[in-house]
Amino acid sequence: MKNFKPIAVACIVCGLLFGLQACKPKNAGSAVNSDAASKAYVAPGKYDEFYNFVSGGFSGQMSVYGLPSGRLLRVIPVFSVDPEKGYGYSEETKPMLNTSHGIVPWDDLHHPELSQTNGEVDGRWVFGNANNTPRVARIDLATFRTAEIIELPNSGGNHSSPFITENTEYVVAGTRFSVPADDNNGDVPINTYKKNFQGSISFISVGKEDGKMDIAFQLRCPGVNFDLSHAGKGKSNGWFFFSCYNTEQANTLLEVNASQKDKDFIMAVNWKKAEEYLKAGKGRKQSVKYAHNVYNEKTHTATSEIKTEVTVLDARELKDICYFIPCPKSPHGCDVDPTGEYIVGSGKLAALIPVFSFDKMQKAIADKAFAGDYDGIPVIKYEAALYGEVKKPGLGPLHTEFDGKGNAYTSFFVSSEVVKWNIKDLKVVDRVPTFYSVGHLCVPGGDSKKPFGKYMIAYNKITKDRYLPTGPELAQSAQLYDISGDKMQLILDFPTIGEPHYAQAAPADIIRNRSVKFYKIDENANPYVAKGEPATKVVREGNKVHVYMTSIRSHFSPDNIEGVKMGDEVYFHVTNLEQDWDVPHGFAIKGAINAELLIMPGETQTLKWVPDRVGMFPMYCTDFCSALHQEMQGYVRVSPAGSNVPLMFSTGKNLPAADSAAKK
Amino acid sequence: MKKIAAFLVLGTLFAACGGNSGNNSATTETATTPGATTSNGNPSYDPQRGEGKFTKVDVSPTLDVAKAAEGEKVFGVKCSSCHKLTSEKLVGPGWLGVTERHTAEWIMNFSTNTDAMLDKDPKAQAQLEICLVRMPNQNLSDDDARNLYEFMRKNDGVK
Repeated sequence: MKNFKPIAVACIVCGLLFGLQACKPKNAGSAVNSDAASKAYVAPGKYDEFYNFVSGGFSGQMSVYGLPSGRLLRVIPVFSVDPEKGYGYSEETKPMLNTSHGIVPWDDLHHPELSQTNGEVDGRWVFGNANNTPRVARIDLATFRTAEIIELPNSGGNHSSPFITENTEYVVAGTRFSVPADDNNGDVPINTYKKNFQGSISFISVGKEDGKMDIAFQLRCPGVNFDLSHAGKGKSNGWFFFSCYNTEQANTLLEVNASQKDKDFIMAVNWKKAEEYLKAGKGRKQSVKYAHNVYNEKTHTATSEIKTEVTVLDARELKDICYFIPCPKSPHGCDVDPTGEYIVGSGKLAALIPVFSFDKMQKAIADKAFAGDYDGIPVIKYEAALYGEVKKPGLGPLHTEFDGKGNAYTSFFVSSEVVKWNIKDLKVVDRVPTFYSVGHLCVPGGDSKKPFGKYMIAYNKITKDRYLPTGPELAQSAQLYDISGDKMQLILDFPTIGEPHYAQAAPADIIRNRSVKFYKIDENANPYVAKGEPATKVVREGNKVHVYMTSIRSHFSPDNIEGVKMGDEVYFHVTNLEQDWDVPHGFAIKGAINAELLIMPGETQTLKWVPDRVGMFPMYCTDFCSALHQEMQGYVRVSPAGSNVPLMFSTGKNLPAADSAAKK
Repeated sequence: MKKIAAFLVLGTLFAACGGNSGNNSATTETATTPGATTSNGNPSYDPQRGEGKFTKVDVSPTLDVAKAAEGEKVFGVKCSSCHKLTSEKLVGPGWLGVTERHTAEWIMNFSTNTDAMLDKDPKAQAQLEICLVRMPNQNLSDDDARNLYEFMRKNDGVK
């Protein structure tokens, strides 16, 4: 018996220690369980289960990660130039960034939204919003390339965008800044906000088959700030919900002046009703200017068209389109549950979460249970639309996603946590800390009718001490939680580019099987294509020199060019003749002050080069392509203006060396 | 004895590991490794025929002019960067006499199933040792391959 005593003592001590451990406040270490690594581990050579499309925030791009590994798969250039991919640098892609203001090389992308069919993610396109110079982009998920960008007139700060209806009939864009309409004189005193400033919500139609975007109509609304939005679904399909703040209509120090009222609004929009008005010809044609840019997959070339008209429906005059629902304290997130019945508003400064009922809202409208109107828009009584409130959930609710199992997940910026609550009884079920200051959340399919409630990702605003320091500018941070059980479990931190705002995720299978591997050279309709080396040539048109060039492992054709003169503009139209997956070629020439090229198999891309001096200019392939990649090179000779060196080009033509001949 | 026992234990461990990883790849989608198996189900490798979908190509004694003309177009886009029509080597071997060196099946299999044959075929590997550049798979259609073969025959003097 004596022998056992120490062990018993040890046991008690251990127990005490464990007890103490449990009482300690949670820190990063104790928040992670030992099986976390295996849950996020995807072995080398294996594929991830989900694609995660993450906004690149102030980088203007969209990044793609695999889940659950958190591996970065691609950065898709959307609203900013991207030298790695030649986007915005090649002559073919420059028009994508055109706006009514000219080329905008850097914007701010906040929200990805995947296309849906019958309320379910269908994996065809992902949309993104440009927040600064208001635009919406459509990215084709067969190529992971930006296929189309449309600018939005009458807008400033396209924030409540690009959310979609359940069959992707429309993608919406609500202006953050109210501004004087584009056809009014904007040269007015700033403190005439109430009189001159107006809100605009754009409904952009999306082609059923080709995805082509067109502004179907704009709703003219009271001048407030529109923040976020989500479409109704199922029973509430036909409605759209937008959160609004600054109903105080302040034009300065909004931090204080737009936080005066106890409640702002969620604006409910009956878009089917708006369609009826549009059909009945109630829209006003307004003269505006906006760019519409389309990338043609056949010519590998973007075109930009400036459009001049938009149809406006005034929601203050045309009844029954818009209703305001009071919502506490500057609402931000505006999220609709998978059934379409519950609308969750998240007041940035609120200490509760109001949940509105679609059925009750409909009844309130039928009963005219209004508390008055706001600038011509009826205001529904708060209680008449309210399903209930989640009490004391945390501080600073921002965004809510759903798991399809009756639970909602809301991020809390101020208290740095995610709170899981039951939609029916509005009771908090679980809470986990985030590191730190979480903004958006993502559950795969989490804003659709059919969420895949296995993972939840928190996108944090502050990274601070989570990664090795890299000077003042740190990696951005995402955190992956397993939500398959009752308790949320943190299983992975992964750094992201830009600042991640919203993100969406989809099962890998619906996307990867459609992925394009290369462009068919037979279908290449670029006007400057060279289909095979016999088609290569160099053509002079005045001071413009067009080089129809090909690349294949491991040479360019032509690779010797002479007869270029000072004052010439040289266009290298490089066609990559490869017809196999993952064999891009690069093209670079010394002294090119704007760019290089990266050309996918079967594609043609163009680099404009203006030589700045007489001499010999090496060019070479920048993307390691084969054992003889380092041999993939050539020369361009530049002669003085007026020189009589004839235009010559060749590949593999081994002329007798002129220097050794001279020695004879 | 002890040593042998240890080896036995190790052996079992290894076997267990091997079995395990086998299971994994069966249940999880894997990135494909090129050239692992044949697609036509032909069990033994025939160096005259090569490996690929073409088992028997009907070739008439006279030239099919239309096919040869189509083949010449494909040559211009996808082949001429690296192959000359003479016997001179450029990146790859010159084409003169190629239809006398190889069967129609071998040529069409090699041009459509390039990676797999470069990994396996003795003649293709011997050529790779000379050229040192793996021929890129140019994703020829079956018709492209047949037309190209006819163009090669024309180049070799078949009328």
